[in-house]
Amino acid sequence: MTIEVRNVCKSFKDVDAVRNVSLRVESGEALALLGPNGAGKTTLVEMIEGVQIPDSGEIQILGKSWKNDEHFLRQEIGLALQETRFQERLTVEETLRLFASFYQLKKERTNEVLKIIQLESKRRTWVVELSGGQRQRLALGIAILPRPRILILDEPTTGLDPNARRDLWKILEDFKATGTTLLLTTHYMEEAEFLCERIVMLDQGKILADGTLNQLLDKFGEGDLIEYVITDANPSAEASSLCGVISSNWNRETGQGLLTVNSISETLPVFLDLIKSSALTLSSLECRRRTLDDLFLAMSGRHLDE
Amino acid sequence: MNNILLRLVISQFKIFFREPGVVFWSFGFPIVMAWILGIAFANKGEILRNVAIVSESAQALSALPQWLHKKTGTVNSELSTEAELEWEVGQNPGEQARFRFRAMTEEEAVLALKRGKIALWIETDLESNLSYRFDPDNAEARLTYLLLEGAFRQQKTSELKADVHPLTMVGIRYVDFLIPGLMAMSIMNACLWGIGWNLIELRIKKLLRRMVATPLKKSIFLISHGLNRMILSAAEMLLLYIFAYFYFDISIQGSLSALALVFFSGYCAFFGISVLISSRVQNTQSGNGMINVVTMPMFILSGVFFSYHNFPDWLIPYVEVLPLTMLTNSLRGIITEGIGLAQVIQPSIGLFGIGAFCFMLGLKFYHWH
Repeated sequence: MTIEVRNVCKSFKDVDAVRNVSLRVESGEALALLGPNGAGKTTLVEMIEGVQIPDSGEIQILGKSWKNDEHFLRQEIGLALQETRFQERLTVEETLRLFASFYQLKKERTNEVLKIIQLESKRRTWVVELSGGQRQRLALGIAILPRPRILILDEPTTGLDPNARRDLWKILEDFKATGTTLLLTTHYMEEAEFLCERIVMLDQGKILADGTLNQLLDKFGEGDLIEYVITDANPSAEASSLCGVISSNWNRETGQGLLTVNSISETLPVFLDLIKSSALTLSSLECRRRTLDDLFLAMSGRHLDE
Repeated sequence: MNNILLRLVISQFKIFFREPGVVFWSFGFPIVMAWILGIAFANKGEILRNVAIVSESAQALSALPQWLHKKTGTVNSELSTEAELEWEVGQNPGEQARFRFRAMTEEEAVLALKRGKIALWIETDLESNLSYRFDPDNAEARLTYLLLEGAFRQQKTSELKADVHPLTMVGIRYVDFLIPGLMAMSIMNACLWGIGWNLIELRIKKLLRRMVATPLKKSIFLISHGLNRMILSAAEMLLLYIFAYFYFDISIQGSLSALALVFFSGYCAFFGISVLISSRVQNTQSGNGMINVVTMPMFILSGVFFSYHNFPDWLIPYVEVLPLTMLTNSLRGIITEGIGLAQVIQPSIGLFGIGAFCFMLGLKFYHWH
């Protein structure tokens, strides 16, 4: 057992940020805490990092507690915060070497890390001159410097463009192969799906769901989705009788409809025939597989990116 | 366009008033300072100006009280040579002045002048000759001379042969008084702005939190900031001294080991204070206010630019335990009076004590996140 969180609660003034959360993370596991802003992800992670003290409950990391074994745990945990502004007028290499000194690491390790985070060409560049993605890679580099047994990343790609996000994912994917336990908070479901085998969905300080991607999607129910917009008449009743349709909904005000089907390839042609024969006007159509956002919406009534 | 401007202004007002700390430091702090300084200065009446009376012989000194009585027209008697005489003249605002005369030897008068206890001294043979001795570059001394001469004229006791003898020898000029004060102030500013402000900024950038999420010891982190600034501050002081040495012909009269001890203890005091100030502050506006709360009273009271001996007597014991006063007095003593290690041990212990207390308190309540 690497991380064990038992019945942890934390409140700030009138807000219950984390409500009776229990969680176990095994060694080498990659776990994503997924939820919208304000779900309690950062507070939970800060308690695991030893930054916040729980109001109640207990947290054990590698069998030790922050109260008694802070120095040991600081050696074993690498972390990248949601936003850190490193000293602007230090170079990338100087910044890494400064942090390396806190762990008494040699220069060779900073060279290795520079290579891992793909900032070798920027080693003599001041931090102020780095792009957002490069700064996040530097933050990640600092987190992995001591070869931590646990790596905690709080929203590591928030605010980055898609290319920068993919670069960071690639580095993390490679790093996962070393067997480090990864705990990641994010509100990007793609990030959670790509990097982590296990996903814990949080909302309003409580765990909504916990499992692998497939387990979570199975929990939500089977079927793919056909989303459409038809404003001139209600097609739902006829659509529900089409072959392969599990359920059918239509919103009179917006014209948005949703078909849950066994197979898109089986149902889509007959659905299009129905529209044609009924002389309905199809404003938009989207066919897709179920996502974690659908699951989150079904459980909380909110989207992940809200 | 006007609507945009209005919206922007309103938004900025909202941001401002939703930050209670910023509101206090903007509105509350100036009022509190005005109140404190108003009480301290506005109702204190006329400044008491200390003047030394120097006479050559012991015989002349023993006759001094009678001479002073005659000269000032006061009727209090029973004065000994060690005693003081206070003299208040003028009825109308603007004409009033208060003097405190003390009989001294010339050696004592020089020391008192170096320490800022007097602005000028009068040399007299207690007959008809009288000479005012002061640094003409010292505005306070010139004012005291003019007021005193005016007061003697009012009493019709101004000497026919009174003359002014400028004091321009090294050690008792105003610049000799000023440079040690500036050195002390530079140590205070280096710590409070260079360390305190820097730590507040690191907290705002969340770098403080990131640093202490490593095995780095928190006390080591804070001490590293102290050491860095101490080296810079020593260099600053050295440069200031080199400038003063070549330009103003100021040299250190006392022991270098005493100077090192005073510098180090003064630095420790202000380092501890800077850690305490920065321990809880979450934004730069509050940081600015907190630093000003600490520096401004010392800046005014501690005798960096002007002697604090002109302040009311009840205030002086409090002024003398301020760290900037202790540091300034010690540096002034070493540089201009030539005092040694033994004389600076007591203030140095005081400064170390202040620093250690503030550092420990700050470390205990330090907000790292």
